[in-house]
Amino acid sequence: MTDPAAIPHDATAVLVLADGTAIFGRGFGAAVTKVGEVVFNTSMTGYQEILTDPSYAGQIITFTFPHVGNVGANVNDHETVSPAALGCVLRADITDPSNYRAERGLDDWLKSHDLPGIAGVDTRRLTRRIRDIGAPHGALCVSPDGKFDIEALKKLAADWPGLEGMDLAKQVSCTQTYTWDTTLWGFADDGRSDGYGTMTEPKKHVVAVDYGAKRNILRNLAAQGCRVTVVPASTTADEILGHGPDGIFLANGPGDPAATGIYAVPELRKLIDSGKPIFGICLGHQMLALALGAKTEKMHMGHRGANHPVKDLETGKVEITSQNHGFVVMEASLPDGVTVTHRSLFDGSVEGIKVDGKPIFSVQYHPEASPGPMDSHYLFARFRELLG
Amino acid sequence: MPKRTDISSILIIGAGPIVIGQACEFDYSGTQACKALKDEGYRVILVNSNPATIMTDPGTADATYIEPITPEMVAKVIERERPDALLPTMGGQTALNTARALSHDGTLEKFGVELIGADLKAIEKAEDRQQFREAMTAIGLDTPRSRLINNFDDADEALEHVGLPAIIRPSYTLGGQGGGIAYNREEFEQIVRNGIRLSPSNEVLIEESVLGWKEFEMEVVRDKADNCIIICSIENVDPMGVHTGDSITVAPALTLTDKEYQRMRNASIAVLREIGVETGGSNVQFAIDPATGRQIVIEMNPRVSRSSALASKATGFPIAKIAAKLAVGYTLDELDNDITGNTPASFEPTIDYVVTKIPRFTFEKFPGADARLTTSMKSVGEVMAIGRTFHESLQKALRGLETGLVGLDPVELKGTEDGEVDRQAITAELSEATADRLLKVAQALRVGLSVEEVHRACHIDPWFLERMAEIIAAEKRLEADGLPSDVAGWQKIKSMGFSDARLGQITDHDEEVVSARRRGLGVRPVFKRIDTCAAEIPSSTPYMYSTYEIGIGGGAPENEAEPTDAKKIIILGGGPNRIGQGIEFDYCCVHAAYALSDAGFETIMVNCNPETVSTDYDTSDRLYFEPLTAEDVIELVNGEQANGQVMGCIVQFGGQTPLKLAAALEKAQIPILGTSPDAIDLAEDRDRFQKLLQRLELMQPANGTATSTEQAEKIAEQIGYPVVIRPSYVLGGRAMEIVHEPEGLRRYMRNAVVVSGKNPVLIDSFLRNATEIDVDAVADGTDVFIAGVMEHIEEAGIHSGDSACSLPPVSLDRVVIDEVKRQAVMLAKGLNVVGLMNIQFAVRDGEVFILEVNPRASRTVPFVAKATGVPIAKIASRVMAGEKLSAFTLPTRDPEHVAVKEAVFPFARFPGTDIILGPEMKSTGEVMGIDKSFARAFAKSQLAAGTVLPDGGVVFISVKDADKAAIVQISKALDDLGFSIMATTGTADVLKDAGIDSHRVKKVLEGRPHIVDNMLSGHVDLVINTTEGAQAIRDSFSLRHTALTHNIPYYTTVEGARAAVRAIAAMRDGHLEVTPLQTYLTGSF
Repeated sequence: MTDPAAIPHDATAVLVLADGTAIFGRGFGAAVTKVGEVVFNTSMTGYQEILTDPSYAGQIITFTFPHVGNVGANVNDHETVSPAALGCVLRADITDPSNYRAERGLDDWLKSHDLPGIAGVDTRRLTRRIRDIGAPHGALCVSPDGKFDIEALKKLAADWPGLEGMDLAKQVSCTQTYTWDTTLWGFADDGRSDGYGTMTEPKKHVVAVDYGAKRNILRNLAAQGCRVTVVPASTTADEILGHGPDGIFLANGPGDPAATGIYAVPELRKLIDSGKPIFGICLGHQMLALALGAKTEKMHMGHRGANHPVKDLETGKVEITSQNHGFVVMEASLPDGVTVTHRSLFDGSVEGIKVDGKPIFSVQYHPEASPGPMDSHYLFARFRELLG
Repeated sequence: MPKRTDISSILIIGAGPIVIGQACEFDYSGTQACKALKDEGYRVILVNSNPATIMTDPGTADATYIEPITPEMVAKVIERERPDALLPTMGGQTALNTARALSHDGTLEKFGVELIGADLKAIEKAEDRQQFREAMTAIGLDTPRSRLINNFDDADEALEHVGLPAIIRPSYTLGGQGGGIAYNREEFEQIVRNGIRLSPSNEVLIEESVLGWKEFEMEVVRDKADNCIIICSIENVDPMGVHTGDSITVAPALTLTDKEYQRMRNASIAVLREIGVETGGSNVQFAIDPATGRQIVIEMNPRVSRSSALASKATGFPIAKIAAKLAVGYTLDELDNDITGNTPASFEPTIDYVVTKIPRFTFEKFPGADARLTTSMKSVGEVMAIGRTFHESLQKALRGLETGLVGLDPVELKGTEDGEVDRQAITAELSEATADRLLKVAQALRVGLSVEEVHRACHIDPWFLERMAEIIAAEKRLEADGLPSDVAGWQKIKSMGFSDARLGQITDHDEEVVSARRRGLGVRPVFKRIDTCAAEIPSSTPYMYSTYEIGIGGGAPENEAEPTDAKKIIILGGGPNRIGQGIEFDYCCVHAAYALSDAGFETIMVNCNPETVSTDYDTSDRLYFEPLTAEDVIELVNGEQANGQVMGCIVQFGGQTPLKLAAALEKAQIPILGTSPDAIDLAEDRDRFQKLLQRLELMQPANGTATSTEQAEKIAEQIGYPVVIRPSYVLGGRAMEIVHEPEGLRRYMRNAVVVSGKNPVLIDSFLRNATEIDVDAVADGTDVFIAGVMEHIEEAGIHSGDSACSLPPVSLDRVVIDEVKRQAVMLAKGLNVVGLMNIQFAVRDGEVFILEVNPRASRTVPFVAKATGVPIAKIASRVMAGEKLSAFTLPTRDPEHVAVKEAVFPFARFPGTDIILGPEMKSTGEVMGIDKSFARAFAKSQLAAGTVLPDGGVVFISVKDADKAAIVQISKALDDLGFSIMATTGTADVLKDAGIDSHRVKKVLEGRPHIVDNMLSGHVDLVINTTEGAQAIRDSFSLRHTALTHNIPYYTTVEGARAAVRAIAAMRDGHLEVTPLQTYLTGSF
């Protein structure tokens, strides 16, 4: 039982980890409690894109960069309709925004999305802990009156089942099929006409299986001249092929690939057999690997940042990539006929594969960026070529 | 791609002397490059005229040419060494321009030398304004509207195109020299004329003003396989209009959304590709319209730069070292990230702290200089600070500046006199960019102006202003409530970067009281590591900064210092460069680190100057990037004392900065190595020092110490005018003056209080026409080694840092030299010196006077080491750690060659200031000329310092009465050399009496055409002008000013002129030749 006197008098938020560690701070955003896996992200820009990345479902994000919120929030920097992350842990207080693109402050934005935030935390300390002993389960509670039931929060964290075995893709996937035609962001000199483009003359048709797709993936596909039909994660191969696509895209998404794979893999095997070009990203990459007969495992510490070097083994070029994954394809489990095409230069792990002799490939990282460097946009062009 | 094997030797050109715009960042880069290429097995050949650098240490390169960096001299090096390649990107603008010239004149082709890193086309595309603009347009990047002109007639049309205010940028000048912002037509015409003249290609770019826009820089690295990475983004707190070298900057950029950041990232990589920088580091500058986000490219540097040094220190990614390896064919993924030790260099550093850089200015040394900040760089140094938040980082940087600030101190502000707040006057004040604008901004917020009002006046982004307002709000709470009473309160306030001293100011306590209370509650800083990856990957490199954190889960705040159990020595560096304290002291600190590591100690460096070699994580075993204040240093030393044994701190190598901390360190029971602080104080304390001299029976000029004007007058009366007057405890002769009459003395005393604080002023009799001598020595308490005796060229009264000097002495009798050495030994023993010591003597008529003794490293230490081949700073540091001089092999004879040191001045940066030399130091750097004879060594020193001595033509001579006898001999020599002499009446009369013909010319006040008319018409090739007395100096100002602005070689002392004439004669006897330092010296390094 935590001594109530140990609660700092000005604390308005607490992050309680499953082992009982209580980290106090100042509350931001919504006065709610959220329970999930505590992870970190080392990007110095793009917090709004990160918070709205569906792959962060079930996770509380620790931002390693101390100042977050400087540029506020705006509707254009959403990667999905509503944020999937559960909350955020920050070093410094959220400030008023200073940027011509800002429509509101981050604090306000968090509130409106029912997300809690805690500031005043030594996020580097927390990050080192996550790095060394793995991502803990935690309960983040914002309480403006400073009253917390630490024991109850600890129990919540300890009882949380964890991501392993959790099929989160279903939660964040769209429930109905829709068509996507928005292309990439463009800046205009006057600032007022900045915006996304629209693809008007589709050359090809791609069905994207939405395990939790980031919008920038869809924008990249549209920018390649593809009409994109986005379908729910549970869509069957027959339904997908029924749309008559030139190619199939497997999106990123949250959770344990093995759990999602239970229903997705059998369908994927049929898609592979169809001979259609397939391109997978992140969870989509893991689904593809599973369908090809490989295995995935939870990483000791995931890759979460926008500075990860990946080598394209075919061209020898190094690309700086945006990454967000806690599971990885086990190289030893790859069957014959599947080649590793990309490798992490940080830890040597598999970052990309292809099926020999077939128009099928996938990458573990996020070539769509947003946030992060656009070095890997070429993969969308590569996919486009495969579409004929 | 592995390294190239088709080349085996590489020439690197250094940046030459420290000048404004090119400081020790190029020693840092160049040293890294030399070491990296040598490690790879290449033969490295180096040319650099600056002896105060680590890169010119005889062990850094295989062949080290301390020779003038001119195309002719470098061509001689190429002819002699036949290098396979030339790496021109490590020595700033100097190296690029030299490489360009060698390319154009065919030298490189003739000797088959390949440019690596950046080729001629890339250099020109980046440097040539018009080509650059076209290149940007070609890749779809926006640039400001502009016109390039190369004659004044086109200026009108250009102005019409861009409108006022207009930016003027001369092509190919260093640090934006000669450029400026014109707000009206008159200013426009003046700056354009000046710019056309200063540009080597007589071109200026007239550009649309983007004043007030946000300014950003991207540090990009590219390899042969076209892998491009961004090392660091930098945001300027000062908006466009202030040279980035003069701007307060932060890293990373803080006010960009990811979409904007990625656009800038893409653009900067596209710029490198288009310009054709094949490998290496470049810097690309952008402006962003805060209202619309419009992004334009301002410029790019296809080489390492001041910003790349800053980015390297800010992130832990060694840009120059990596760039050097990329230049020989490696790709980024083949190179290691040294900091983590287990990941490759092909990644983008990410940081979890905020870095702030603040430039340091010295306008006080240049009366008459325009102190407004413009696009022409004026700062002489910079401080960098690291904190977890902008608040902490900013306040750490401010106290690290060493300008007396302890944080965001209150300042006087126009418009706030008499307790009134005149908003209009305040905003007018804030709209002008000045060196202390940030403090004024804070003051404006303090007196109640809103962030919005301040932003409208100064255009600093509101985000930064809000953070400053938060600091001020915290101040106000402290004022009302006093110091915090609990740990949480202390943690909170300390984590905003408030120093104990600043907290004392605010709450009206002594700093000691504040520290005691804080420490009493156990509130101490922790140390975090700079690891390139925001903790994602474990890092093995102890590169650290302090911060205040709260423990998580009720535990103690995490400290990553992990002090080892070794025997350790802590070296305190010199802080930001300033005139009088710069690279020479950093050199000494670096040598201490090298030598003590060799001797088996763990070396720990503390410094806050991002330009230096000392703050390379490679230099010492552990590095603390911290302000050099008592609080910061004591905290980190205490941390180190938690494990192992701290043998002591070295405070004698970093100039005045660490010395000032000695008392506080002793009080905190931290041992100090070498000469005791008490002995250092003895040498500074007039009364105690006088007693010592009396005991040793040594002479000094008549002198006294005064704390009041009356007392000063009385002393001056007693010892007789002229007198030299100065405050105690200053370096670089700050506020030192020679006064000739009581009125001058009274004027001095009226102003002196400001500069001397609580310390008294020292008054010495001024020895006219005496020869000044510098001696550097090392002592171990028993033995004394006289490392170098240097004879100054200019007479006593010119600051030793501004005077040229010769080693060995050129005109002194053996007897005098022996006497000087004898006295030096006595003083070393009398003061019980353990370590380095510098003594300044004046010799007149065979009599030896002691001017000053400093039992610490001096500015001449690196020069002496280079001239003699004896690494005296290394020896001194080992002696300080307990070894005896007898353990070292030391030479007993003077070298047979001659080395001449010459000072380099920033006058061209400060139009309106007089170039006349005096007791206050004004030079920013130095060069060395080395040759077989004095005359040739001096000739090289002049050439290296940028003075091209004429081989004939017209010499203008006008000297003060005291010099008239001496000028005859000089004029005779010039006459014999075939010069025709132009002289003012008084001088001409003297020459006529001596049988020398001269053409008489009018002084400026005597009507026209006068001497300045002649100079402007190009009729004068050399100026010899000495003068004294306030009126005469004022009257002749325009003539010296004209010499400066029209690049006419000038000498303002007869001794300087005499040496120049000898040099001209010597050059007639044969062209200057180049020889590597290694052939002059013997032994191993």
